[in-house]
Amino acid sequence: MTELDLLYTDIEDDLRNVVRAVLAAHCDPGAVTALYDGDRSLVASLWKSVAVDLGLAGLLIPEDRGGAGASAREAAVVLEELGRFVAPVPFLTSAVVATTLLLGTDGPLLGQLAAGERTAALVTPFSTCAHGTFPTVSLGPDGLTGSITSVAGALEADVLMVPAEGPDGVAVYAVPADRAEITPVISLDMTRQLADITFDAVAGEQVVLHGESAVRRALEAGTALLASEQYGVARWCLDETVGYLKERRQFGRVVGGFQAIKHRLADLYTAVESANAAARYAAATLAADDADATVAAAVAQAFCGDLAVLAGEEAVQLHGGMGMTWEHPAHLYLKRAKADQIAFGTGGAHRSRLAELVDIPGPR
Amino acid sequence: MTVDELRRTIEEFLAAHDPATTERLEFLRARYDAGLAWVYFPPGHGGLGLSPARQLEVDRAFAAAGAPDNNPEGNGIGLGMAAPTILAYGTDEQKRRFLRPLWTGEEIWCQLFSEPGAGSDLANVSTRAVRDGEDWIVDGQKVWTSGAHLAQFAILLARTDTGVPKHRGMTYFLCDMTDAGVEVRPLRQITGEAEFNEVFLTGVRIPDAQRLGGEGEGWRVANTTLNTERVAIGGRASDRESGIVGVVTETWRAHPDRRTAELHDRLLRLWVDAEVGRITGMRLRQKLAQGRPGPEGAAMKLTFARVAQQLSGLELEILGEEGLRYSDWTMVRPDRVDFNARDAGYRYLRAKGNSIEGGTSEILRNIVAERILGLPPESRADKDRPWNEVAR
Repeated sequence: MTELDLLYTDIEDDLRNVVRAVLAAHCDPGAVTALYDGDRSLVASLWKSVAVDLGLAGLLIPEDRGGAGASAREAAVVLEELGRFVAPVPFLTSAVVATTLLLGTDGPLLGQLAAGERTAALVTPFSTCAHGTFPTVSLGPDGLTGSITSVAGALEADVLMVPAEGPDGVAVYAVPADRAEITPVISLDMTRQLADITFDAVAGEQVVLHGESAVRRALEAGTALLASEQYGVARWCLDETVGYLKERRQFGRVVGGFQAIKHRLADLYTAVESANAAARYAAATLAADDADATVAAAVAQAFCGDLAVLAGEEAVQLHGGMGMTWEHPAHLYLKRAKADQIAFGTGGAHRSRLAELVDIPGPR
Repeated sequence: MTVDELRRTIEEFLAAHDPATTERLEFLRARYDAGLAWVYFPPGHGGLGLSPARQLEVDRAFAAAGAPDNNPEGNGIGLGMAAPTILAYGTDEQKRRFLRPLWTGEEIWCQLFSEPGAGSDLANVSTRAVRDGEDWIVDGQKVWTSGAHLAQFAILLARTDTGVPKHRGMTYFLCDMTDAGVEVRPLRQITGEAEFNEVFLTGVRIPDAQRLGGEGEGWRVANTTLNTERVAIGGRASDRESGIVGVVTETWRAHPDRRTAELHDRLLRLWVDAEVGRITGMRLRQKLAQGRPGPEGAAMKLTFARVAQQLSGLELEILGEEGLRYSDWTMVRPDRVDFNARDAGYRYLRAKGNSIEGGTSEILRNIVAERILGLPPESRADKDRPWNEVAR
């Protein structure tokens, strides 16, 4: 029995450097902040750089279907960097969740996703836990009808993956986005803006027959890999805060030299390193299709979700008044972290799941 | 060496030394000589030069075959601290003399570092070692010495030059605990037992051949010990629910009547913390396979101490009425520290030491902040001043 490797390979380091360079050049915090005032001009061009120019849209898609044939480990590295820049691109929703949903299917859609020609989104609330219930639209003789709220990635998608309840249970239909009524929602995290979606007797193509397990598998991949994004968010918060406190002077000395501050940062570092390990383990078990993947994903979410919020809160607090300003990017990270904590189920939901998985039953 | 090759090596060894019929010590010595003791040590010194990450497979294979172990809890300081330091700084002669009986448990080790005036400020030790021909003569007092009453040898930090700043005037020795000048007195502690000792050193004679590292190099050598100590405490290879988390979770499973929603949530949170700690330890060991322990072990130990203390406290609450009782306050001198062999009250009290021994959590936070994050050091009044000119 050999342990799963939790370190980064040279190839993963190279991938990180390339993604980081592109984001450093094209994902300016000022342009990200502008999303909150309705200027979404950054999104399409940045997604083209990431999806097409870097070819990352097809990272999880096999080479014979036009993708890169990489694993969850590489996708996790990409998400760490996207988190570090709070990048407003639909990598998680399209290249991870929707792609995982489609991996077993035939048809041209997967190849189009791989090439970055099309972008997809699974139509479930972003808060859906892979092990909970999820709403569906209904399938009638004249098509799909119903509404789903708080969907992530829909505003960037041109094809929607819609779970629909029909006579044979849940199936997933591909629906061109322009057939649906998509209403943007003012979101806590505008770097991943949500939308409410209504279908009024629209036609779709059935892409997955046994939809329930496929949807859960896709959400499970999202759950496992979201932890890497949360780690990236937390890492930025730690690095930026430490950097600031090495420069900032009060009472005639560097603020980062006060022991009360040093100890808080040491604790934060310890937790961020732990989050890195938990996220790597979740990605490694997913990549290896390891039997421990379900537990690993729940552990990673239960830990990394709360940790990223703590890191965001510490970044705001320790930047003092500056941390409260619109001008400083700390708020972008806090908002992303808090939204990510709820995404795919809260920490509490994942702990409840663990209670079953590892036999720690609650009171009767 | 591939997984299969290692497995074959172990199988061949077990075929040649049937654990059921081979005498224990003979078996352990043979295992050492075959390089299957600590496989990440170099060949000739109990290892095969493999990565530390491979050790768990080896230990599991031996355990599964019913092989005797080397009583790792009984010689934790020897295995966890003395051995890696001897490996890093010892001469060939020292490695040959000390590592084999250390691993087999024929010689137990303790650590003569802390003193009444040098705990967290370890570089302040005042135990003196004075050169006398081929020997050193040592005088002083040490404290918090676990297992000193059982040990044949000790790693010892002593001052050999009082005229230079404190970090530069210390030297590291391998001290024979059976020397007539060594007096060990038990120190009763919070649990009622005396796991620790005070050790009085009076004219103890140590041959220069038992100096580890250069004269005045003691601080550097001691840091190797301390870093490996933290890794040993915080980052040992383990299965899920090993250690205290497994004990408390079993207590939970065994007491359905004691379950409340509040206890359930706290247990699940700590279970997650413990599991993440385990995974972090796994990753740390994989990192260390590429180099010597750095300050990262300090972060691991912080987590380990916090989680162990919170879990052991939670266990008493889960037990309720039973948690009000205590097994035994009789003063005994245990020959090993085994948290899980005694009751929950003992675990709760003993775990208080986790954030003190091997570096207090406060000192470890300074280490993380200064050596990893690069934040400014604490101001030190004795910096750059000769040791004998500093008030103490």
